[in-house]
Amino acid sequence: MRSDPSDYELIAPDSLSAVVSLLAQQPGEWLPIAGGTDVMVQYAAGKLPARKLVSLWNLPELRQIEVSPVDVLIGAGSTYTDLREHTVVGGEFPLLANAAQWTGAIANQNRGTVGGNIVNASPAADSLPALLVYEAELILVSARGERRVSYLNFHTGYKKTLLAPDELIRAVRLERRFAGYFAYSRKVGARNAQAISKVCIAALGKIAGGVVEDIRIAVGSVAPTPLRLRDTERTVKGKAVDVALVDQARQVAISEIHPIDDIRSTSAYRSAVVANLVAEFLLGLNARGKGA
Amino acid sequence: MTNEQIIGMPVPRKEGRDKVTGRAQYIDDISMPGMLHGATVRSSIARGKILKISYGSGIAWDEFVIVCASDIPGKNCVALIADDQPCLAEGVVNHPEEPILLLAHPNRHLLRKAVEAVSIEYAPLPPVFTIEKSESQAEIIWGTDNTFKKYCVEKGEVDDLWDKAAHIVEGEYSTGAQEQLYIENNGVIASFDRERGVTVWGSLQCPYYVHKALMRLCSLPEEKVRVVQTETGGAFGGKEEYPSIIAGHAALLAMKSGKPVKIVYDRMEDMTATTKRHPSRTRHRTAVDKHGKILGGEIEFVVDGGAYLTLSPVVLSRGTIHAGGPYHWPSIRISGKAVATNTPPHGAFRGFGAPQSLFAMERHMDRIAAVVGISPVEIRRRNFLKTGQTTATEQTIHEPIDLEQLLERGLTLMDYRVRKNRFREQNRSATHKKGIGIAAFLHGAGFTGSGERYLASVVGMQGLADGRVRILVSSTEFGQGTKTVLSQIAAETLGIPYADVEIAQPDTEQVPNSGPTVASRTVMVVGKLVQSAAKGVLQTLKASGLLPEQYSRDEFRDACARYVAEHGEFKSWVRYEAPPGIFWDDEKYRGEAYAAYAWAVYLAEVTVDLTTYSVTVDDFVALQEVGKVLHPVLARGQITGGVAQGIGYALYEKVVWQNGRMQNGQMTNYIMPTSADLPSIRVYFEELGNVHGAFGAKGIGELPMDGPAPAIVNAIEDALGIGFDVIPLLPEDIFQAITARRPANDAAGVQ
Amino acid sequence: MRNLGAQPEITLTVNGEEKMVRAYPMERLLDVLRHQLGLTGAKEGCGEGECGSCSVLMDGALVNSCLVPVLQAQGAKITTIEGLAQGPLLHQLQQAFLDCGGAQCGICTPGIIMAACHLLARTTRPTREQINQGLSGNLCRCTGYTQICEAVAQAAAQGRAE
Repeated sequence: MRSDPSDYELIAPDSLSAVVSLLAQQPGEWLPIAGGTDVMVQYAAGKLPARKLVSLWNLPELRQIEVSPVDVLIGAGSTYTDLREHTVVGGEFPLLANAAQWTGAIANQNRGTVGGNIVNASPAADSLPALLVYEAELILVSARGERRVSYLNFHTGYKKTLLAPDELIRAVRLERRFAGYFAYSRKVGARNAQAISKVCIAALGKIAGGVVEDIRIAVGSVAPTPLRLRDTERTVKGKAVDVALVDQARQVAISEIHPIDDIRSTSAYRSAVVANLVAEFLLGLNARGKGA
Repeated sequence: MTNEQIIGMPVPRKEGRDKVTGRAQYIDDISMPGMLHGATVRSSIARGKILKISYGSGIAWDEFVIVCASDIPGKNCVALIADDQPCLAEGVVNHPEEPILLLAHPNRHLLRKAVEAVSIEYAPLPPVFTIEKSESQAEIIWGTDNTFKKYCVEKGEVDDLWDKAAHIVEGEYSTGAQEQLYIENNGVIASFDRERGVTVWGSLQCPYYVHKALMRLCSLPEEKVRVVQTETGGAFGGKEEYPSIIAGHAALLAMKSGKPVKIVYDRMEDMTATTKRHPSRTRHRTAVDKHGKILGGEIEFVVDGGAYLTLSPVVLSRGTIHAGGPYHWPSIRISGKAVATNTPPHGAFRGFGAPQSLFAMERHMDRIAAVVGISPVEIRRRNFLKTGQTTATEQTIHEPIDLEQLLERGLTLMDYRVRKNRFREQNRSATHKKGIGIAAFLHGAGFTGSGERYLASVVGMQGLADGRVRILVSSTEFGQGTKTVLSQIAAETLGIPYADVEIAQPDTEQVPNSGPTVASRTVMVVGKLVQSAAKGVLQTLKASGLLPEQYSRDEFRDACARYVAEHGEFKSWVRYEAPPGIFWDDEKYRGEAYAAYAWAVYLAEVTVDLTTYSVTVDDFVALQEVGKVLHPVLARGQITGGVAQGIGYALYEKVVWQNGRMQNGQMTNYIMPTSADLPSIRVYFEELGNVHGAFGAKGIGELPMDGPAPAIVNAIEDALGIGFDVIPLLPEDIFQAITARRPANDAAGVQ
Repeated sequence: MRNLGAQPEITLTVNGEEKMVRAYPMERLLDVLRHQLGLTGAKEGCGEGECGSCSVLMDGALVNSCLVPVLQAQGAKITTIEGLAQGPLLHQLQQAFLDCGGAQCGICTPGIIMAACHLLARTTRPTREQINQGLSGNLCRCTGYTQICEAVAQAAAQGRAE
């Protein structure tokens, strides 16, 4: 353990409003910590710059999932296990439920939260591509009130987000309109559990009248932020899926990502795998379009 | 005679209850009054002169105990084979993470800050990081020629073969470093007082190795050094020689401070600073006839020993001797060499040189098969050693081992022919290519050649006042079942209940030196001595008139208790004696290299996913002849655990080096398989007995490490038609090889 | 200068007993269990939430105690390996580990038994696949997992979740 606990303050206010007031009074001073599966790893490595932390763990306002006929509001303090075990999330948002299940392993899933995953903003984060594809809306809260931000715009650069220093994510809103889509997600890591992704992908598609009516593809670990493959989507949308289109989609996908060589993998491998996963998705979508 | 009611039975693990209830005490679970924590300041460069050491501000340095090389009372070395490795670097460093200074303080957190506050200035010297660079001798970093050791094994007339050969097959095979990754990091506690001397408690395999090293380092006589092994959470060779260093460090701090000192590494320090499996490079050149029969060949086997000699000559020895595999070589020349690089010294890891050279041999057999145009099964069948033939070191195989039959049984267990045909069909159009690979191998148990004679192991057995018996050995338990199996042997020999046998915790004050717990020797060699010691106990009791010729368990208990009451103490000692007819020539490296070989055929079924280029092992058959299975559950556990490590060695465990330092020294990025990655490993045994081992047992601890990697890489070649000669083999490597064979914009086999 | 006021009192229930500790709020739950409460069953294998040898149950959920600041365990019910031998099923898990060779060196054993406990409380008759997934956050270097999975299957077959 490479940090000294006596150098740190951690407080645990018992309400969201108490936390919000604190952040308003001392913006940028207090680092929120939810389940700690990222922060505590940095802390143990002696690499946590923050010295004052405020706990969001188990705050009831954050750890709940509300379902209405049109949307699901996932409290930012919901753990991956909460997501996995929720019927509507599992049934209608399988990309998110799958991502929750391949994050770390059971013990990490019991503590890691969707809010923490978003704010930590690692490009390799498992649940973020799903949120891009579902076009989540983030409900941010501060002493100044609430604001809503499309998740599509939330990441502004490597580990940078639109979150103001006095703000928290209160909830993630997903619209309940994806039940009819073909859903495809996959994580590629060094092993089948407890792995940081080398590449991960979440995708939705719908075929109508023999052509792709709607398509959304997002990938992680191949750019400074999780990425929607807009060019690839444009290439495919409105067309019939055939071998030529799949090949074209592969090339376009490779052209819009920016993978690097790092300790886990290589740029060339990541590119090739992204292309393969896009192809696998399109072939699956096509098969569904014909079969279903 | 025994009727084997305990041997061969799955008796409860002696220390099992404590382990499943969390009561077992590992070193970091233990504290002593007044104890300080100790830590090590290490080199941040690979090679250079130490110019200046500065103690930064913000630290109350007067609260700290500081030890440097000049504080060492004895010789500044880690006594092992040579004295070249300093305990603390003095003036010069030869590898990253080399220990330079020791600090101690009551508060572990302040200690960590103090370590970070020490800054060291170096004048760097040009480092050497690869076998090739070391061999070139462009820069001499050790001795006169960077070479720790060389061996040459020669049999027959290799140079006359090449003209006669129908085929000459060449290949070069490389293996990477591998971290032992015991889940319990290295740790010790040391204490010192003038009366008793130094005592060290710790996580270690060889209390007497540590004892010897501490005597030299601390300049203390035998009776003033005491080493006690605590419950050890995995070792695999990683705690064979390394603990002498951490124990020496804690002892120095304890001597300077007069207080007990605990040093426990965290995972990153353990990974980056301690030993790993020797990386290797093997070159084969083989002459075969038109039927694929080996006429002879040359093998060059080179290991990277890191910065100091440590155990490299012994690793080299075993790898050299095993390099020819379980095959008949009418002529052979094996040149072995261990070279120096500026990396933390490599060390013992289960298999100890054999996994490296056997990987090469088994990959090479598949290559020979392809050149000759026969199957991997057939090439092996035509070349297997038979009873009466000799190995590369001209050791005659006396036992009735039938490797063809073993192979055939392995094929049946894997349903080989049916699956191969099915995969050939399926692979035509699949995005998931399947294949099966074979590895056949042998593993010699016990110390090489005259090693056991040199060790001269001693075993004791003590009769206790309550009529039970206590085994006295320095052999340590670290999961493999030492306590259980040695107790079974004693109980069976004495004809008493297993529960009536206990085994002393290895403490150099209490137990004799039964040799290190390494080389798969514990059950076979030490077990046989335990058997002898037990017979000695029986002889003594019978000779005293207290025990009749035929006796019941109760009668034994009474006799033993009475003997102790009458004589005060009851101990029986035996010393190892080399069996007659074992000849080994250390000069020519020829003769009976090992008292016994275990034999094995392993088969791996894999799937290569062409979408991600990753390999999954779907099924694994581990079939081995082991003399006798003394404990079915423990024996099986050794094989499944060793196979898992072998799978890691092949597919997952890559050490990423940069300037001689391991970059991925965390469990998040040094990847070992989880339960979600491995199939259920299928284990099968055959038993031919072994006159040199207790109840016919051969050593099996290291055997399972040798087969998985080549079986898997052979399976991948079967699946893809691409041969790989380097491990670890990662998806990125498979991707690269596949792309190299195809047009640029068609990177995968997706239809 | 260490500020004792910065070490609040934290109350938590451990193995059914209420405990009050004084600790820095960022002290790891693992360290509080081991050093203040003398419960050394949970181990530090990696300090980064990868190996699972520090696993305990916190309010019934399996967590890596090396990643829990003790303040977040305020008011929580913690179960460690030392608390397991009370209920009959759990004792069966420990017995199964002994029968099947699930424990070799034993260092991963407390954590992996807690993980098995967590699994069986939720899935009374897990498939082999479910066992592999349920234990995938606990690294074992000795066994290759085969006999561990057999132990969990045996315990599941013998008893049912409480």
